[in-house]
Amino acid sequence: MLAFVIYKAVLCVIIFAISLGVAAYSTWWERKFASFLQDRVGPNRAGPFGLLQPLADGGKMFFKEEIIPNVSNKFLFILGPCLFMVTACMTSVVIPWGKDFMMGGRNFAFQITDINIGVLYLLGVVSIGVYGIMIGGWASNNKFALLGAIRASSQMISYEIAMGIAVIALIITSGGTLSLHEIVEKQDAGVCNFVYQPLGFLIFFICALAETNRAPFDLAECESELVGGYHTEYSSMKLGLYLFAEYINMFISSAVMAAFYFGGYNFPFAHELYNAMGLQEGSIWISLIGFGAYFTKIVLFICLFMWVRWTLPRFRYDQLMNLGWKVLIPLSLVNLAITTVVAYYFNK
Amino acid sequence: MALQLTNRSKVVSNKEQSAMEKLYLPAVFKGMSITLSHLFKKSATIRYPEQKRIMAPVYRGQHVLKRDDNGAERCTSCGMCAVACPAEAITMESAERKKGEEHLYREEKYAAKYEINMLRCVFCGLCEEACPKEAIFLTDRIVDTEFEREDFIYGKDKLVEKMTERIDVTKRQTPEVLEFKKTPGLKHNELFDGKKLKEKH
Repeated sequence: MLAFVIYKAVLCVIIFAISLGVAAYSTWWERKFASFLQDRVGPNRAGPFGLLQPLADGGKMFFKEEIIPNVSNKFLFILGPCLFMVTACMTSVVIPWGKDFMMGGRNFAFQITDINIGVLYLLGVVSIGVYGIMIGGWASNNKFALLGAIRASSQMISYEIAMGIAVIALIITSGGTLSLHEIVEKQDAGVCNFVYQPLGFLIFFICALAETNRAPFDLAECESELVGGYHTEYSSMKLGLYLFAEYINMFISSAVMAAFYFGGYNFPFAHELYNAMGLQEGSIWISLIGFGAYFTKIVLFICLFMWVRWTLPRFRYDQLMNLGWKVLIPLSLVNLAITTVVAYYFNK
Repeated sequence: MALQLTNRSKVVSNKEQSAMEKLYLPAVFKGMSITLSHLFKKSATIRYPEQKRIMAPVYRGQHVLKRDDNGAERCTSCGMCAVACPAEAITMESAERKKGEEHLYREEKYAAKYEINMLRCVFCGLCEEACPKEAIFLTDRIVDTEFEREDFIYGKDKLVEKMTERIDVTKRQTPEVLEFKKTPGLKHNELFDGKKLKEKH
C-alpha cells in the first residue's frame, strides 16, 4: 500500500513537472518556430539558442507591478487565473503515459488514475476551464475583457458539441470504452484510430484549436480588436498564469489527440523492436520507450498547432460561428451516423 | 478608371465563394506549405552587435569637423553650412583668432561654438556640399542614442575630430570635391593624404 502511495505521489510530481516544463519550453519554441517560419532568428540572447528565455520571461512576470483594478471584484479577479491554471493541470491525470510495468511482482500503471469515465472527465474538466476565462473577464469590469470572455465562452460551448460528437464516434470504434487506457490499448495491435476516423480526427483537431483558444480561433484574446481580450486588466504573474495555462492546455490536447487517434504510446513494429531487444513483457524499459514514442507524437502535435497559428489569419466572429454550427456539427453527425452503421454491421 | 500611378492595383471582386473555396482546407494546406517552405530558408537577420551590416561608401551619418594635418581646425565659421541646412539644425558663434593660436585654428576667424541638433538633422549632406573649407563631413558613424533631448545637441566636443583618432573621409571626397581641391589658389588644401597636391600643378 505504502509503495503504491509513494509511487503515485512521485508520478504526480513527475507528470506535473513535465507538463509545466513542456509548457515553459513551448513558449520558447513557439517564438523560435514562428521566427523560422518568418525567416528570422528568434530569441537567442538568454543562454545558448535562447534556452533560458522561459526563465527570463517567468522572472520578469514575477517582478512586474501587480495591478488589481479598484472597480473589479477582487475575489473573482484572483480566482479566475487560479481556476484556469488548476483545470489545465488537472487534465493530465487520466492520460496514459506508457504501458504498465511490473516491479517486485507488483503491477504499476504509468498513469495517475485510470478511471472508467476518463473521456467524460476530460471533457468535463476542459469545460470547467472556460470558467477561468469567463470569471476573469467578468471580474475585470472592463468592456474589452467582458467581450473577450463572452467570445471565449460562446466559442467553447459551440465547439464542444462537435468535439463531443466526434469523440462519441471514436468511442464506438474502440468498442464502447470511456477509459483512455483501454482506448490506447485497443490500438496496440497494428492500426491506430486515425485510419478508422480520419474525418473525426479533423473535426477533433479543429475543435481542439478552438478549445485551446489558439489561432485561427483566438478571438478571446484578439489583440487587434480587444486589446488583450479577457486578460486586458491582468498584470504580473496572474497574466503569466493565464498565458502559461494556455500552453499547458495545448500540451494536454496534443497528448489527448495522440492518445485518441494516433495510438498513444504504441508505435509501428513496437513488438518486433521489443523482441529484438530481448525485453520481457512488463519491463520498465518498454514503458519508457513507449513514453518516448508518445512524447515524440505530442511534440509533433504541438509543432502542428504552432504551424497553424503562424499560417492562418484569425476568423471573423460570424465565420467562427458558421463554421462551428453549420459545418462542424453536421459533419460530426454524419461521421457519427456512418460510424454507427459500419460498427453495427461489423459486430453482427 | 481612376488615375493610376502604377499598374499593380487590382479591382476587388465580391463574387460568392465557390464550393471548393468554402471548404477552406485546400487554401489552408496551400498556406501551410508556403510557411513550411520558409522553414528551410536562411534567416535575413543581421545579428547586430557581433555582426555589422556593410555600409554604403556614401553613407551619411554623424558629422565630423575636420582638422588639417597640423591639427588646426579647418572651420572658419563662415556660416554657409547653417544657411544650406534645410532642417536648421546648425548654429554657430564665431570668434577672432588671437596671437599664438595659429596651431589651433587655420584662419583668422574660427567657430567658438558650433552646434548640430541631431534630432533636427535629416542627414542630407548639404552642409558638406556648402562648406568651402572642407571642414565638415558626414561619416559612416551612427549617432548614439541618448536619454535626454539636450544630449542630442552635439557641440564641438563631440564634432571636432581628435588628432589621436582621425576620421577617414576619403569616401566622401567626390570627383567634384577633388576637382575643387586642386584649385591652385586654395592654400588650405595643400596637404591631403600626405601627398603634396600642389606639385602636380
